[in-house]
Amino acid sequence: MPDKQIFHDGESDLLQKTRWFSGRVAVYGILIFWTVVCLFPIYWTITTSFKMAPNVMQGHLVPLVDFAPKWLGWKSLGLSPDTIWAESTVREEFLKRFTNSTISALASSTLAVILGSMAAYGLSRFRYRFGFMRNPDISFFFLSQLILPPVVLALPFLVLYKQLDLLDTSVGLVMLYTLTVLPIVIWIMRDQFSSIPVELEEAALVDGLSIWGAFLTIVLPIALPGMVAAFILCLVLTWNEYFFAALLTSTDAKTLPVMVASQTGSQGINWWAMAALSTAAILPLIIIGIVLERYIIKGMAAGAVK
Amino acid sequence: MSKDGDLLHVVTFDDMTPMRLRFGKLLIWGSAAVMALTFAALALAEGGYIALEFANWRPALYGFLFWSVCLCAAQVVLYGEQGKRTLFVLPAALFVVAMVVFPLVFALGIAFSDWNLSSPTGRQFNGFDNVRQMWNDPFYWNALKNMAYYTLAILAEYAVAFGLALLLASDIKARKFFRVAFLMPLMLSPVAVSWMVGKSMMEIRFGPLARLARWLGWERPSFFGDPEVARAMIMMMDAWTFIPFMMIMILAGLQAIPRELQEAARVDGASAWRGFWEITFPLMLPVSITAILIRIIFKLKLADIIINVTSGGPGGATDSVTSFIFREYRDRSNVGYGTLLAIVYLVLIVVAITVFMKLVDRWMNPRY
Repeated sequence: MPDKQIFHDGESDLLQKTRWFSGRVAVYGILIFWTVVCLFPIYWTITTSFKMAPNVMQGHLVPLVDFAPKWLGWKSLGLSPDTIWAESTVREEFLKRFTNSTISALASSTLAVILGSMAAYGLSRFRYRFGFMRNPDISFFFLSQLILPPVVLALPFLVLYKQLDLLDTSVGLVMLYTLTVLPIVIWIMRDQFSSIPVELEEAALVDGLSIWGAFLTIVLPIALPGMVAAFILCLVLTWNEYFFAALLTSTDAKTLPVMVASQTGSQGINWWAMAALSTAAILPLIIIGIVLERYIIKGMAAGAVK
Repeated sequence: MSKDGDLLHVVTFDDMTPMRLRFGKLLIWGSAAVMALTFAALALAEGGYIALEFANWRPALYGFLFWSVCLCAAQVVLYGEQGKRTLFVLPAALFVVAMVVFPLVFALGIAFSDWNLSSPTGRQFNGFDNVRQMWNDPFYWNALKNMAYYTLAILAEYAVAFGLALLLASDIKARKFFRVAFLMPLMLSPVAVSWMVGKSMMEIRFGPLARLARWLGWERPSFFGDPEVARAMIMMMDAWTFIPFMMIMILAGLQAIPRELQEAARVDGASAWRGFWEITFPLMLPVSITAILIRIIFKLKLADIIINVTSGGPGGATDSVTSFIFREYRDRSNVGYGTLLAIVYLVLIVVAITVFMKLVDRWMNPRY
């Protein structure tokens, strides 16, 4: 066995290697740092919902090691194992808000995706003239709604809804939410439809389908991933919406964010209860985010790259 | 591909009988008449001219819905195949017109009146009193100034987002994990964030961020006491939720750039630094501008975090226009003044964004 290595790295190669290595360390260091920045608040909230007062004050962080998890926070929501089967007014209140949020978010996203997809398809395939407005004007008209800050519509809608007896109803919220997410759907879907070749529909038309038939049976299935992306983006925005809900709902149609906000206002912070409530409010979207991440990224990327 | 004709060209044979045309016209004008009658009846009943009792104005809404449906149906009756195409866009257009244009016109009406929703006198036209009040309202100007600061913070967010996107686009392990982790803040509702971060992690005594600050040597951390610090904290919380948004748009742009360009630059002896500034960054400009523009639009709606964490304090230092109007309404329930402020804000936004887009256009496509 030769005791001396014949082929070995030169001085410069070794330098290269250390430089590459330190670069890697820096890259992963930043990545891990930012992961902590992103995930720590979520971790903190979830663990706090299992803490008791002394744990919070002493700043315990890791469950089972630092402190023994207790169901205190969840008990105050009526969702802990020993209260889940019992009657609980708090839980009913929470479930009502949860249902309201779900209904508003799902209904408005569905409506926006239907209306928006139709409009986007029309604009990507046909030429229109509504008075002086041509296609680019119509597109701009739809997309310009994005600029409109909610506050401009909020007070007029407050008055209008009062007249129409739509204050504090889910229907009223759904209509407004649909309006706020519609431009986003049109933006994403216009991109989707223009990437589908027209020849597909031409073939379908030759085979005897009507325009709407071709749209429903040929184009929509192809554009489905885009629609899912748009739908999820709408869902995220409408589920988290606070401003309109705070102004336009009071008792019946109040949504989850409004409930969370109203609890933060009360002093003598009940940390574990708030943490449990916040966790319950963010959990559905965290799950959606993890499972459907692909679609969310697709949706947001759609408009960026032409 | 011609610019004028339909992309999807269809030749159709529609025989339009006069009967059918008449029916279509009847459908439109008949339903319009029904809608007008409903409005008239409601207005008269409100004024007490006719003896009809309406609980609310909802019949007007039904009238409008009826007219919309008839208008859509009439398109097909009147124009046949062409009408079926109009049907794609018409529902969305009618919806947006009803939900935006009509309320905006209505808003102009209430902007110039004194309308306290809880007072029995109801709406009173007061001319330009609201404008005068706005002109002398230091808090509104302060809120506008804050919006300028908040908007400027986007540049820092953009830099961070670009850096993260570059890291994610580079050759790393467990990319999917990092992508999901970085995306998470965007999923959280601003209200939850304002409790999770603003109220609990930044709590002065027990919050982990306060502990960290103390450990780092800040003797008595107070995140919302000092105006400048409070504003910076709001900026950071908002940035935290929205950086993923810009990051993903930029990442999509980065992945669309062909690798060969960088490789060619490498072969030509460019360092990574120069390669970035002279190839990647210029190529990313269009995507960057889209991302920044959308971010600005979202930033201008900023309110939830401010309402829930500082409610504008200390002394209005963190107020955004939206949160200011929200409180203005909550405290005094005066719709008129709040609406005027909102409309002025809208005009400012439209002007600013138009100027921004014009400047960007001039800069991107220079004309010599």
